Amino acid sequence: MPSFNPENLKKDFPILNQNINGKPLIYLDNGATTQKPSQVIEAIKKYNETSHGNPHRGAHQLSIRATEEYDLAKEKVKSFINAKSREEIIFTRNASESLNLIAYSYGMEFIEEKDEILLAISEHHSNILPWQKLARDKKAILKYMYLDEEGRIPIAEIEEKINSRTKIVSIAQMSNVLGSIHPVEEIVDRAHKMGAIVVVDGAQSTPHMEVDVQDLNADFFVFSGHKMLAPMGIGVLYGKKELLESMPPFLTGGDMIEYVYEQESTFAPLPFKFEAGTQNVEGAVGLGAAIDYLQNVGLDKIEKHEKFLVEYALDKMLGIPYVNIQGPKDLNNRGGIISFTIDDAHPHDISTILDSYGVAVRAGHHCAQPLMRYLKEPATARASFYLYNTKDDIDQFIEGIKNVRKWLGYGS
Amino acid sequence: MDLNSIYTQLIMEHNKSDHNKRALCNPDVCERGHNPTCGDDITLELKLNGDIIEDASFEGVGCAISQASTSMMIDLIRGKTLDEALEMVERFLGMIKKEVTDEEELEKLGDSIVLQNISNMPARVKCAVLSWHTLKEAVS
Repeated sequence: MPSFNPENLKKDFPILNQNINGKPLIYLDNGATTQKPSQVIEAIKKYNETSHGNPHRGAHQLSIRATEEYDLAKEKVKSFINAKSREEIIFTRNASESLNLIAYSYGMEFIEEKDEILLAISEHHSNILPWQKLARDKKAILKYMYLDEEGRIPIAEIEEKINSRTKIVSIAQMSNVLGSIHPVEEIVDRAHKMGAIVVVDGAQSTPHMEVDVQDLNADFFVFSGHKMLAPMGIGVLYGKKELLESMPPFLTGGDMIEYVYEQESTFAPLPFKFEAGTQNVEGAVGLGAAIDYLQNVGLDKIEKHEKFLVEYALDKMLGIPYVNIQGPKDLNNRGGIISFTIDDAHPHDISTILDSYGVAVRAGHHCAQPLMRYLKEPATARASFYLYNTKDDIDQFIEGIKNVRKWLGYGS
Repeated sequence: MDLNSIYTQLIMEHNKSDHNKRALCNPDVCERGHNPTCGDDITLELKLNGDIIEDASFEGVGCAISQASTSMMIDLIRGKTLDEALEMVERFLGMIKKEVTDEEELEKLGDSIVLQNISNMPARVKCAVLSWHTLKEAVS
């Protein structure tokens, strides 16, 4: 395997080879969405030029090829997260849809009045709103685990909040705002002891670290393709087979049926039971190609590289007196996301000013308003890294940061 | 994009100045405006005498553009009638949409004319128009 060289990897990403506002583009908004390598773009193009048809529906050659491509992509996802079987992999539009599927299908079937649903205060809105609706509809109780000052969930909080009334714990493996990696193993252990199931939102973790769903022993695991080099509109729901089998369909329609009569129907077996209507085959093909690319580079190497970038960036940022870091300031259990504020500068102004230096960062509440309220920050700026970011990128980012206050009329 | 055309001296002065950022004593109108995607969150307060805006102020948090735009708007509407204020809102929104381009018309907008360039930055337009929409909501 070739050694890891982000400069070389960057050349695989055509979009990164451009100037923004006269400066080379430094893309540090990978927590929002990632860019696509030529390998992914070409795989989708090739599919559209040679194999596009409606899968599972015809005996003609193109329909057969599309079916093969779709199934092959699913097989790649299965291996990527080490699921037991392809039946446990459901394609969705994104992590949000996967979470909605669990809340509507599993939740509406199995949750009862006064049952407790437990989240962390740091959850993305997509891992809050489906549970709010479920709790309202079923008169269940929605509770939160709170974080310590470094943005981590204390073990004591896990032990206190997960009790015999808890039925579902739904938690992000990595916070999209703070970058903290939550102790999912401990949460799963405790939840299973108490008879609860665990849903893991892997939208931020899966692209950046090795995930083994059997090792984690999570009951459900969800992620989005577009945060891991694949196109938007393709996401994954993993569920333990016996759980998925016990659940009613979420969406109904074409391709998820066995027999349809005038008044009733029976449903197709897993995974098709949860895949109503024509699916996003080119998205699945793109996701398969993205997985190939990531595995070829090596998730362990990506994780190590991002750790290096975070260490380098944190060291520089902590040395600037007017920069404040939200979230872990050390490297233990944290990923390549740094949320920060600058004294006297609103994060939106930070983002606009950094953009003029060619640096793309996210600003705002990052779809996590309850966390922002808990942190008492109306908004933060966020830099999030990926395999194609380099030490030079961080230098350019830091250079931009040092100029923010000047543009806003403050001395330095 | 030239940052100089966005973060102008005047915008910086309004952003840093607190002369309009305070609570009014017994305001007649109190209207909250919010940009949910970026977190700009202001509350506009008006003290009326008949249909004349005797005093106005705002409280809240937001980026330099939203804070400056609010402050400039308040300078402009203080002492005006509600109808005149609404006219100003339409003129300002027209300027941002590039529908109002007549120099004489634009000059009536006082300091806030410097926000004309914001229309070249689609991501920041909502910051500039927040307080104006809030005023419209409050008095119409």
